[in-house]
Amino acid sequence: MALLPSDFADFEQFAARWSLATERERWAERMSSSIDDMQAFYDAIIPEVGEAIAYCDKFPLDDMPEDAVNLLRLIYSFVMVSFAVELWRQQSPPDTLGTQFERISEPLP
Amino acid sequence: MARYPKPAAGSWTEHYPQLGTGPLSYEDSISPEWYQHEREAIFKRAWLQVGRLEQIPRTGRYFTKDIAAANTSIVVVRDGDDVRAFHNVCRHRGNKLVWQDFPNEDTSGTVRQFTCKYHGWRYGLDGACVFAQQEGEFFNLDKADYGLVPVHCEVFAGFIFVNFSEQPAQSLREFLGPMLLGVEDYPFGQMTDRYAFRVECRSNWKVFSDAFMEFYHAPVVHVGQHPSQLRAAITQMGYEAPHYQVEGPHGLVTTAGSLHRVWDMPKENVKPADLATRSGLFGPWDKSDLGELPPGINPGKIDPWGLSSFQFFPNFAILIWEAGWYNTHQFWPTSHNTLVFEGNVYSLPAESASERVGREMAAVSFKEYSLQDANTLEATQLGLESGVIDQFPLNDQEVLVRNFHKATADWVHEYQREPAGVRA
Repeated sequence: MALLPSDFADFEQFAARWSLATERERWAERMSSSIDDMQAFYDAIIPEVGEAIAYCDKFPLDDMPEDAVNLLRLIYSFVMVSFAVELWRQQSPPDTLGTQFERISEPLP
Repeated sequence: MARYPKPAAGSWTEHYPQLGTGPLSYEDSISPEWYQHEREAIFKRAWLQVGRLEQIPRTGRYFTKDIAAANTSIVVVRDGDDVRAFHNVCRHRGNKLVWQDFPNEDTSGTVRQFTCKYHGWRYGLDGACVFAQQEGEFFNLDKADYGLVPVHCEVFAGFIFVNFSEQPAQSLREFLGPMLLGVEDYPFGQMTDRYAFRVECRSNWKVFSDAFMEFYHAPVVHVGQHPSQLRAAITQMGYEAPHYQVEGPHGLVTTAGSLHRVWDMPKENVKPADLATRSGLFGPWDKSDLGELPPGINPGKIDPWGLSSFQFFPNFAILIWEAGWYNTHQFWPTSHNTLVFEGNVYSLPAESASERVGREMAAVSFKEYSLQDANTLEATQLGLESGVIDQFPLNDQEVLVRNFHKATADWVHEYQREPAGVRA
Protein backbone atom coordinates (compact mmCIF):
# COMPACT_ATOMS: atom_id res chain seq x y z
CA MET A 1 0.00 0.00 0.00
CA ALA A 2 1.65 3.23 -1.14
CA LEU A 3 1.95 6.05 1.40
CA LEU A 4 2.46 8.79 -1.19
CA PRO A 5 0.57 9.99 -4.27
CA SER A 6 1.50 7.94 -7.36
CA ASP A 7 3.13 11.00 -8.99
CA PHE A 8 5.80 10.73 -6.31
CA ALA A 9 6.51 7.01 -6.46
CA ASP A 10 10.24 7.83 -6.51
CA PHE A 11 9.93 9.13 -2.95
CA GLU A 12 8.11 6.05 -1.68
CA GLN A 13 11.34 4.42 -0.51
CA PHE A 14 11.78 7.28 2.00
CA ALA A 15 8.21 7.61 3.19
CA ALA A 16 8.09 5.02 5.94
CA ARG A 17 11.14 6.56 7.58
CA TRP A 18 10.65 10.29 6.95
CA SER A 19 6.93 10.91 6.61
CA LEU A 20 6.61 11.91 10.27
CA ALA A 21 3.77 13.88 11.81
CA THR A 22 5.58 16.07 14.33
CA GLU A 23 8.77 18.08 14.55
CA ARG A 24 9.74 16.07 17.60
CA GLU A 25 9.77 12.86 15.53
CA ARG A 26 11.58 14.52 12.62
CA TRP A 27 14.24 15.97 14.89
CA ALA A 28 14.75 12.59 16.58
CA GLU A 29 15.12 10.88 13.18
CA ARG A 30 17.69 13.49 12.10
CA MET A 31 19.66 13.03 15.32
CA SER A 32 19.80 9.25 14.84
CA SER A 33 20.52 9.22 11.09
CA SER A 34 23.88 9.18 9.36
CA ILE A 35 24.88 12.09 7.14
CA ASP A 36 25.10 9.66 4.20
CA ASP A 37 21.49 8.58 4.72
CA MET A 38 20.30 12.16 5.03
CA GLN A 39 22.32 13.21 1.99
CA ALA A 40 20.68 10.45 -0.07
CA PHE A 41 17.22 11.55 1.08
CA TYR A 42 18.01 15.22 0.45
CA ASP A 43 19.48 14.52 -3.01
CA ALA A 44 16.41 12.53 -4.00
CA ILE A 45 13.91 15.16 -2.85
CA ILE A 46 15.44 18.48 -3.81
CA PRO A 47 15.05 18.27 -7.62
CA GLU A 48 11.33 17.67 -7.24
CA VAL A 49 10.49 19.53 -4.05
CA GLY A 50 8.83 22.34 -6.01
CA GLU A 51 6.52 19.86 -7.73
CA ALA A 52 5.78 18.16 -4.42
CA ILE A 53 4.81 21.46 -2.77
CA ALA A 54 2.67 22.35 -5.80
CA TYR A 55 0.90 18.98 -5.52
CA CYS A 56 0.05 19.62 -1.87
CA ASP A 57 -1.17 23.12 -2.79
CA LYS A 58 -4.03 21.56 -4.76
CA PHE A 59 -5.81 20.74 -1.51
CA PRO A 60 -7.06 22.86 1.38
CA LEU A 61 -4.87 22.34 4.45
CA ASP A 62 -7.79 21.18 6.55
CA ASP A 63 -9.01 18.65 4.00
CA MET A 64 -5.96 16.98 2.46
CA PRO A 65 -6.06 13.34 1.37
CA GLU A 66 -3.87 11.13 3.52
CA ASP A 67 -1.27 10.56 0.80
CA ALA A 68 -0.87 14.31 0.30
CA VAL A 69 -0.46 14.79 4.06
CA ASN A 70 2.25 12.12 3.98
CA LEU A 71 3.95 14.00 1.14
CA LEU A 72 3.77 17.28 3.08
CA ARG A 73 5.34 15.57 6.09
CA LEU A 74 8.10 14.28 3.84
CA ILE A 75 8.76 17.86 2.69
CA TYR A 76 8.96 18.94 6.35
CA SER A 77 11.59 16.23 6.86
CA PHE A 78 13.46 17.56 3.83
CA VAL A 79 13.51 20.96 5.57
CA MET A 80 14.68 19.27 8.77
CA VAL A 81 17.61 17.39 7.21
CA SER A 82 18.61 20.30 4.93
CA PHE A 83 20.39 22.00 7.84
CA ALA A 84 22.45 18.91 8.59
CA VAL A 85 23.27 18.39 4.91
CA GLU A 86 23.77 21.96 3.66
CA LEU A 87 25.33 23.61 6.70
CA TRP A 88 26.57 21.45 9.50
CA ARG A 89 27.72 18.18 7.90
CA GLN A 90 26.66 16.59 11.18
CA GLN A 91 23.30 15.99 12.82
CA SER A 92 23.09 19.04 15.10
CA PRO A 93 24.50 22.55 14.84
CA PRO A 94 28.11 22.58 16.13
CA ASP A 95 28.53 23.08 19.87
CA THR A 96 24.88 22.51 20.74
CA LEU A 97 24.80 18.94 22.07
CA GLY A 98 24.56 20.19 25.64
CA THR A 99 21.11 21.66 25.13
CA GLN A 100 17.70 21.10 23.57
CA PHE A 101 14.97 23.32 22.26
CA GLU A 102 11.78 21.35 22.20
CA ARG A 103 8.92 22.30 19.93
CA ILE A 104 5.90 21.87 22.19
CA SER A 105 3.16 22.90 19.79
CA GLU A 106 2.75 23.51 16.06
CA PRO A 107 0.03 23.89 13.46
CA LEU A 108 -0.98 20.60 11.82
CA PRO A 109 -0.63 19.18 9.28
CA MET B 1 33.62 54.03 10.43
CA ALA B 2 30.01 53.59 11.45
CA ARG B 3 27.64 52.37 8.75
CA TYR B 4 24.72 54.24 10.28
CA PRO B 5 24.61 57.66 11.86
CA LYS B 6 24.97 57.77 15.63
CA PRO B 7 23.17 60.26 17.88
CA ALA B 8 24.72 63.69 18.39
CA ALA B 9 26.24 62.56 21.70
CA GLY B 10 28.57 60.34 19.65
CA SER B 11 27.08 56.96 20.51
CA TRP B 12 23.79 55.32 21.44
CA THR B 13 25.16 54.66 24.90
CA GLU B 14 26.15 58.26 25.52
CA HIS B 15 22.80 59.40 24.13
CA TYR B 16 21.49 57.95 27.39
CA PRO B 17 23.98 59.46 29.84
CA GLN B 18 22.47 57.66 32.82
CA LEU B 19 23.96 54.43 31.45
CA GLY B 20 27.62 55.42 31.66
CA THR B 21 30.23 53.69 29.52
CA GLY B 22 32.17 51.74 32.16
CA PRO B 23 32.50 47.96 32.43
CA LEU B 24 29.85 45.72 34.05
CA SER B 25 30.72 43.40 36.92
CA TYR B 26 28.13 40.65 36.26
CA GLU B 27 28.07 39.89 39.98
CA ASP B 28 24.32 40.38 39.51
CA SER B 29 24.25 37.18 37.44
CA ILE B 30 26.17 34.82 39.71
CA SER B 31 24.96 35.79 43.17
CA PRO B 32 22.22 33.66 44.78
CA GLU B 33 21.54 36.51 47.23
CA TRP B 34 21.04 39.04 44.44
CA TYR B 35 18.57 36.70 42.76
CA GLN B 36 16.50 36.61 45.95
CA HIS B 37 16.40 40.41 45.84
CA GLU B 38 15.30 40.31 42.19
CA ARG B 39 12.46 37.95 43.03
CA GLU B 40 11.05 40.33 45.62
CA ALA B 41 11.81 43.60 43.88
CA ILE B 42 11.08 42.68 40.28
CA PHE B 43 9.13 39.46 39.81
CA LYS B 44 6.68 40.24 42.61
CA ARG B 45 6.22 43.87 41.49
CA ALA B 46 6.59 44.23 37.71
CA TRP B 47 3.96 43.41 35.11
CA LEU B 48 4.77 39.98 33.67
CA GLN B 49 3.54 38.67 30.33
CA VAL B 50 2.06 35.19 30.74
CA GLY B 51 0.25 34.35 27.49
CA ARG B 52 -2.05 35.41 24.69
CA LEU B 53 -5.80 35.82 24.50
CA GLU B 54 -5.95 33.26 21.67
CA GLN B 55 -4.95 30.59 24.21
CA ILE B 56 -8.25 31.20 26.03
CA PRO B 57 -10.71 32.19 23.28
CA ARG B 58 -13.95 31.21 25.06
CA THR B 59 -15.55 31.36 28.49
CA GLY B 60 -14.15 28.63 30.71
CA ARG B 61 -10.89 28.20 28.79
CA TYR B 62 -7.91 28.44 31.12
CA PHE B 63 -4.19 27.83 31.37
CA THR B 64 -1.91 27.55 34.37
CA LYS B 65 1.50 29.15 34.59
CA ASP B 66 4.17 28.26 37.07
CA ILE B 67 6.20 31.33 37.99
CA ALA B 68 9.04 30.06 40.12
CA ALA B 69 10.56 33.51 40.55
CA ALA B 70 7.37 34.62 42.32
CA ASN B 71 7.14 31.25 44.06
CA THR B 72 3.66 30.54 42.78
CA SER B 73 1.49 29.05 40.07
CA ILE B 74 -1.40 31.00 38.64
CA VAL B 75 -4.48 30.01 36.71
CA VAL B 76 -5.62 32.43 33.99
CA VAL B 77 -9.22 32.03 32.83
CA ARG B 78 -11.58 33.58 30.30
CA ASP B 79 -15.01 34.66 31.57
CA GLY B 80 -16.93 36.42 28.79
CA ASP B 81 -14.93 39.48 27.85
CA ASP B 82 -12.96 39.32 31.08
CA VAL B 83 -9.63 37.63 31.69
CA ARG B 84 -8.93 36.77 35.30
CA ALA B 85 -5.90 35.43 37.10
CA PHE B 86 -5.78 33.69 40.47
CA HIS B 87 -3.17 32.02 42.59
CA ASN B 88 -3.59 28.35 41.77
CA VAL B 89 -4.20 27.28 45.37
CA CYS B 90 -7.31 25.86 47.02
CA ARG B 91 -8.50 27.93 49.97
CA HIS B 92 -9.35 24.88 52.05
CA ARG B 93 -6.00 23.24 52.78
CA GLY B 94 -3.70 24.68 50.16
CA ASN B 95 -3.75 22.00 47.50
CA LYS B 96 -2.60 23.18 44.10
CA LEU B 97 -6.00 23.64 42.49
CA VAL B 98 -5.54 22.98 38.76
CA TRP B 99 -3.10 20.36 37.47
CA GLN B 100 -3.12 17.11 35.54
CA ASP B 101 -0.98 14.04 36.12
CA PHE B 102 2.14 16.04 37.00
CA PRO B 103 1.58 18.57 39.81
CA ASN B 104 4.61 20.61 38.81
CA GLU B 105 3.72 20.97 35.13
CA ASP B 106 1.51 23.56 33.47
CA THR B 107 -1.77 22.56 31.93
CA SER B 108 -4.73 24.05 30.05
CA GLY B 109 -8.33 23.17 29.28
CA THR B 110 -11.97 24.17 29.63
CA VAL B 111 -14.08 24.18 32.80
CA ARG B 112 -17.41 25.44 34.11
CA GLN B 113 -15.98 25.61 37.60
CA PHE B 114 -12.64 24.72 39.15
CA THR B 115 -12.87 21.68 41.41
CA CYS B 116 -10.12 20.84 43.86
CA LYS B 117 -8.86 17.27 43.43
CA TYR B 118 -8.36 16.88 47.19
CA HIS B 119 -11.69 17.56 48.98
CA GLY B 120 -13.84 18.73 46.11
CA TRP B 121 -14.21 22.43 46.90
CA ARG B 122 -15.42 24.31 43.84
CA TYR B 123 -14.81 27.81 42.53
CA GLY B 124 -16.54 29.85 39.83
CA LEU B 125 -14.69 31.50 36.97
CA ASP B 126 -14.85 34.71 39.03
CA GLY B 127 -12.91 32.94 41.80
CA ALA B 128 -15.85 32.75 44.24
CA CYS B 129 -16.07 29.61 46.34
CA VAL B 130 -19.38 28.01 45.32
CA PHE B 131 -19.17 24.65 47.07
CA ALA B 132 -17.49 23.27 50.18
CA GLN B 133 -17.74 19.53 50.63
CA GLN B 134 -19.76 18.69 53.79
CA GLU B 135 -20.10 22.36 54.53
CA GLY B 136 -22.07 21.63 57.71
CA GLU B 137 -19.03 20.00 59.29
CA PHE B 138 -17.16 23.32 59.37
CA PHE B 139 -17.38 25.94 62.07
CA ASN B 140 -19.09 29.15 61.01
CA LEU B 141 -17.69 28.80 57.50
CA ASP B 142 -18.80 31.58 55.17
CA LYS B 143 -17.84 30.58 51.62
CA ALA B 144 -17.81 34.26 50.67
CA ASP B 145 -14.59 34.55 52.68
CA TYR B 146 -12.92 31.74 50.76
CA GLY B 147 -12.68 32.80 47.15
CA LEU B 148 -9.51 32.19 45.16
CA VAL B 149 -6.77 34.75 45.78
CA PRO B 150 -6.82 37.10 42.79
CA VAL B 151 -3.78 38.33 40.91
CA HIS B 152 -3.84 41.68 39.10
CA CYS B 153 -4.36 40.95 35.43
CA GLU B 154 -4.49 43.30 32.44
CA VAL B 155 -4.40 42.74 28.69
CA PHE B 156 -2.38 44.74 26.17
CA ALA B 157 -2.64 44.00 22.44
CA GLY B 158 -3.87 40.51 23.29
CA PHE B 159 -0.91 39.81 25.59
CA ILE B 160 -2.01 38.90 29.11
CA PHE B 161 0.05 40.43 31.91
CA VAL B 162 -0.12 39.76 35.66
CA ASN B 163 1.27 41.64 38.64
CA PHE B 164 1.80 40.12 42.08
CA SER B 165 1.86 43.39 44.01
CA GLU B 166 -0.94 43.95 46.46
CA GLN B 167 -1.52 47.18 44.61
CA PRO B 168 0.62 47.76 41.49
CA ALA B 169 2.33 51.12 41.59
CA GLN B 170 1.50 51.63 37.92
CA SER B 171 -1.21 50.42 35.59
CA LEU B 172 0.05 48.13 32.86
CA ARG B 173 -0.11 50.94 30.30
CA GLU B 174 1.79 53.33 32.55
CA PHE B 175 4.40 50.63 33.11
CA LEU B 176 4.81 49.93 29.40
CA GLY B 177 5.13 53.56 28.35
CA PRO B 178 4.80 55.18 24.90
CA MET B 179 7.47 53.16 23.06
CA LEU B 180 5.94 49.76 23.84
CA LEU B 181 2.38 51.05 23.54
CA GLY B 182 3.37 51.88 19.96
CA VAL B 183 3.04 48.22 18.93
CA GLU B 184 -0.58 48.04 20.09
CA ASP B 185 -2.25 48.14 16.68
CA TYR B 186 -0.11 45.43 15.11
CA PRO B 187 -2.48 42.57 14.12
CA PHE B 188 -1.17 40.11 16.72
CA GLY B 189 -4.64 38.66 17.21
CA GLN B 190 -4.90 37.49 13.60
CA MET B 191 -1.58 35.66 13.71
CA THR B 192 -2.69 32.36 15.10
CA ASP B 193 -0.31 29.90 13.42
CA ARG B 194 1.98 29.32 16.38
CA TYR B 195 5.15 27.26 16.76
CA ALA B 196 6.00 27.07 20.48
CA PHE B 197 9.36 26.04 21.97
CA ARG B 198 10.70 25.57 25.47
CA VAL B 199 14.02 24.70 27.07
CA GLU B 200 15.48 24.62 30.58
CA CYS B 201 18.96 26.14 30.62
CA ARG B 202 21.76 26.52 33.10
CA SER B 203 22.35 30.22 32.99
CA ASN B 204 21.20 33.31 34.82
CA TRP B 205 18.03 34.77 33.32
CA LYS B 206 19.78 38.06 32.54
CA VAL B 207 22.80 36.40 30.95
CA PHE B 208 20.39 34.56 28.69
CA SER B 209 18.29 37.66 27.96
CA ASP B 210 21.43 39.63 27.10
CA ALA B 211 22.00 37.60 23.94
CA PHE B 212 18.53 38.48 22.70
CA MET B 213 19.12 42.21 23.22
CA GLU B 214 22.12 42.53 20.95
CA PHE B 215 23.02 41.22 17.51
CA TYR B 216 26.75 41.85 18.01
CA HIS B 217 27.09 38.08 18.54
CA ALA B 218 25.07 37.11 15.47
CA PRO B 219 27.85 37.29 12.81
CA VAL B 220 29.93 35.02 15.07
CA VAL B 221 27.63 32.56 16.86
CA HIS B 222 25.21 32.26 13.95
CA VAL B 223 27.46 32.71 10.94
CA GLY B 224 27.21 29.00 10.15
CA GLN B 225 23.57 29.55 9.22
CA HIS B 226 24.79 31.15 5.99
CA PRO B 227 26.34 29.38 2.98
CA SER B 228 30.02 28.71 3.62
CA GLN B 229 31.37 31.08 0.95
CA LEU B 230 29.74 34.06 2.73
CA ARG B 231 30.81 33.34 6.28
CA ALA B 232 34.17 35.09 6.42
CA ALA B 233 32.73 38.28 4.94
CA ILE B 234 29.74 38.25 7.30
CA THR B 235 31.92 37.89 10.37
CA GLN B 236 34.32 40.53 9.11
CA MET B 237 31.48 42.96 8.45
CA GLY B 238 30.16 42.56 12.00
CA TYR B 239 26.86 44.00 13.07
CA GLU B 240 25.55 47.50 13.48
CA ALA B 241 21.98 48.51 14.18
CA PRO B 242 20.62 51.69 12.63
CA HIS B 243 18.44 52.46 15.64
CA TYR B 244 18.36 51.85 19.39
CA GLN B 245 15.94 53.26 21.90
CA VAL B 246 15.87 53.11 25.66
CA GLU B 247 12.77 54.08 27.60
CA GLY B 248 12.92 53.48 31.32
CA PRO B 249 13.71 49.80 31.83
CA HIS B 250 12.54 48.85 28.33
CA GLY B 251 14.50 48.78 25.07
CA LEU B 252 14.24 48.62 21.30
CA VAL B 253 16.67 47.67 18.57
CA THR B 254 15.84 47.95 14.88
CA THR B 255 17.69 46.15 12.11
CA ALA B 256 17.95 47.35 8.52
CA GLY B 257 15.96 45.47 5.90
CA SER B 258 18.86 45.32 3.48
CA LEU B 259 20.40 42.56 5.63
CA HIS B 260 17.26 40.43 5.34
CA ARG B 261 16.41 40.52 1.68
CA VAL B 262 17.70 37.10 0.87
CA TRP B 263 15.44 36.97 -2.17
CA ASP B 264 17.44 39.79 -3.78
CA MET B 265 20.73 37.91 -3.42
CA PRO B 266 22.43 35.96 -6.20
CA LYS B 267 21.13 32.40 -6.08
CA GLU B 268 24.53 30.89 -5.35
CA ASN B 269 24.56 32.79 -2.06
CA VAL B 270 21.28 31.29 -0.88
CA LYS B 271 20.88 27.84 0.65
CA PRO B 272 19.23 25.47 -1.85
CA ALA B 273 16.55 24.51 0.68
CA ASP B 274 15.75 28.20 1.17
CA LEU B 275 15.31 28.60 -2.57
CA ALA B 276 13.10 25.52 -2.62
CA THR B 277 10.87 26.68 0.23
CA ARG B 278 11.13 30.47 -0.35
CA SER B 279 11.93 30.91 3.31
CA GLY B 280 14.82 30.83 5.74
CA LEU B 281 16.55 32.49 8.65
CA PHE B 282 14.57 35.73 8.32
CA GLY B 283 11.24 34.07 7.63
CA PRO B 284 9.13 33.35 4.56
CA TRP B 285 10.05 35.48 1.55
CA ASP B 286 6.51 36.04 0.34
CA LYS B 287 5.36 38.79 2.59
CA SER B 288 2.11 38.36 4.50
CA ASP B 289 -0.26 41.23 3.79
CA LEU B 290 -0.95 42.77 7.17
CA GLY B 291 -2.14 46.11 5.82
CA GLU B 292 -0.48 49.30 6.98
CA LEU B 293 1.59 48.77 10.11
CA PRO B 294 1.39 51.22 13.03
CA PRO B 295 4.25 53.75 12.96
CA GLY B 296 5.30 52.61 16.44
CA ILE B 297 6.70 49.42 14.90
CA ASN B 298 9.53 51.42 13.36
CA PRO B 299 9.91 54.55 15.49
CA GLY B 300 13.42 55.19 14.13
CA LYS B 301 11.87 55.40 10.63
CA ILE B 302 14.56 53.09 9.29
CA ASP B 303 14.21 52.50 5.55
CA PRO B 304 14.50 49.80 4.41
CA TRP B 305 13.22 48.41 7.69
CA GLY B 306 13.91 44.78 8.60
CA LEU B 307 13.09 43.96 12.19
CA SER B 308 12.18 45.66 15.44
CA SER B 309 12.93 43.87 18.68
CA PHE B 310 10.97 45.32 21.60
CA GLN B 311 12.33 44.42 25.02
CA PHE B 312 9.61 44.41 27.67
CA PHE B 313 11.19 44.67 31.11
CA PRO B 314 11.78 42.41 32.89
CA ASN B 315 11.69 39.19 30.85
CA PHE B 316 9.73 39.39 27.60
CA ALA B 317 10.48 40.44 24.03
CA ILE B 318 8.48 40.80 20.82
CA LEU B 319 10.35 40.72 17.50
CA ILE B 320 8.37 42.05 14.53
CA TRP B 321 9.76 41.17 11.09
CA GLU B 322 9.40 42.93 7.77
CA ALA B 323 8.11 39.78 6.06
CA GLY B 324 4.93 39.87 8.13
CA TRP B 325 5.43 37.58 11.11
CA TYR B 326 6.57 37.96 14.69
CA ASN B 327 8.17 35.95 17.42
CA THR B 328 8.45 36.25 21.17
CA HIS B 329 11.12 35.37 23.70
CA GLN B 330 10.61 34.93 27.41
CA PHE B 331 13.08 34.23 30.17
CA TRP B 332 11.76 32.75 33.43
CA PRO B 333 14.38 32.34 36.14
CA THR B 334 14.13 29.19 38.26
CA SER B 335 17.23 29.93 40.37
CA HIS B 336 20.18 32.32 40.20
CA ASN B 337 21.77 30.21 37.47
CA THR B 338 18.90 28.38 35.75
CA LEU B 339 15.97 29.47 33.64
CA VAL B 340 13.20 28.33 31.37
CA PHE B 341 13.39 29.91 27.93
CA GLU B 342 10.16 30.03 25.94
CA GLY B 343 10.10 30.98 22.26
CA ASN B 344 7.11 31.36 19.99
CA VAL B 345 6.87 32.00 16.24
CA TYR B 346 3.55 33.48 15.06
CA SER B 347 2.09 34.17 11.63
CA LEU B 348 -1.23 34.51 9.84
CA PRO B 349 -2.99 31.16 9.41
CA ALA B 350 -1.39 29.45 6.42
CA GLU B 351 -3.81 29.20 3.51
CA SER B 352 -1.83 26.66 1.52
CA ALA B 353 0.70 23.90 1.92
CA SER B 354 3.42 26.09 0.39
CA GLU B 355 2.80 28.75 3.05
CA ARG B 356 2.99 26.06 5.72
CA VAL B 357 6.27 24.78 4.30
CA GLY B 358 7.72 28.33 4.39
CA ARG B 359 6.72 28.66 8.04
CA GLU B 360 8.20 25.27 8.82
CA MET B 361 11.52 26.43 7.37
CA ALA B 362 11.35 29.62 9.48
CA ALA B 363 10.48 27.61 12.62
CA VAL B 364 13.31 25.12 12.07
CA SER B 365 15.74 28.01 11.49
CA PHE B 366 14.58 29.56 14.76
CA LYS B 367 15.40 26.31 16.55
CA GLU B 368 18.82 25.96 14.92
CA TYR B 369 19.97 29.39 16.09
CA SER B 370 18.27 29.19 19.47
CA LEU B 371 20.23 26.00 20.17
CA GLN B 372 23.41 27.90 19.37
CA ASP B 373 22.42 30.68 21.77
CA ALA B 374 21.30 28.35 24.56
CA ASN B 375 24.48 26.32 24.69
CA THR B 376 26.72 29.39 24.38
CA LEU B 377 24.95 31.04 27.30
CA GLU B 378 25.52 28.04 29.54
CA ALA B 379 29.20 28.45 28.69
CA THR B 380 28.99 32.16 29.56
CA GLN B 381 27.47 31.34 32.93
CA LEU B 382 30.33 28.94 33.67
CA GLY B 383 32.88 31.59 32.75
CA LEU B 384 31.22 34.22 34.92
CA GLU B 385 30.88 31.86 37.87
CA SER B 386 34.59 31.13 37.83
CA GLY B 387 34.92 34.58 39.39
CA VAL B 388 38.24 35.11 37.68
CA ILE B 389 37.06 38.33 36.07
CA ASP B 390 34.82 41.01 37.53
CA GLN B 391 34.98 43.77 34.92
CA PHE B 392 33.48 43.26 31.48
CA PRO B 393 33.55 45.95 28.75
CA LEU B 394 30.36 46.53 26.74
CA ASN B 395 30.30 48.25 23.36
CA ASP B 396 27.75 50.55 21.79
CA GLN B 397 25.87 47.66 20.11
CA GLU B 398 25.30 46.29 23.63
CA VAL B 399 23.53 49.41 24.88
CA LEU B 400 20.32 47.52 25.67
CA VAL B 401 22.26 44.97 27.74
CA ARG B 402 23.73 47.84 29.72
CA ASN B 403 20.31 49.40 30.25
CA PHE B 404 18.78 46.06 31.26
CA HIS B 405 21.32 45.35 34.00
CA LYS B 406 21.04 48.91 35.24
CA ALA B 407 17.23 48.65 35.29
CA THR B 408 17.24 45.44 37.32
CA ALA B 409 19.70 47.00 39.78
CA ASP B 410 17.61 50.17 39.99
CA TRP B 411 14.47 48.15 40.78
CA VAL B 412 16.27 46.21 43.50
CA HIS B 413 17.81 49.29 45.06
CA GLU B 414 14.58 51.21 44.95
CA TYR B 415 12.75 48.33 46.59
CA GLN B 416 15.40 48.10 49.29
CA ARG B 417 14.99 51.81 50.01
CA GLU B 418 11.22 51.79 49.91
CA PRO B 419 9.59 48.36 49.76
CA ALA B 420 6.11 49.74 49.12
CA GLY B 421 7.45 52.41 46.80
CA VAL B 422 6.21 53.73 43.54
CA ARG B 423 7.72 53.32 40.10
CA ALA B 424 8.87 56.34 38.15
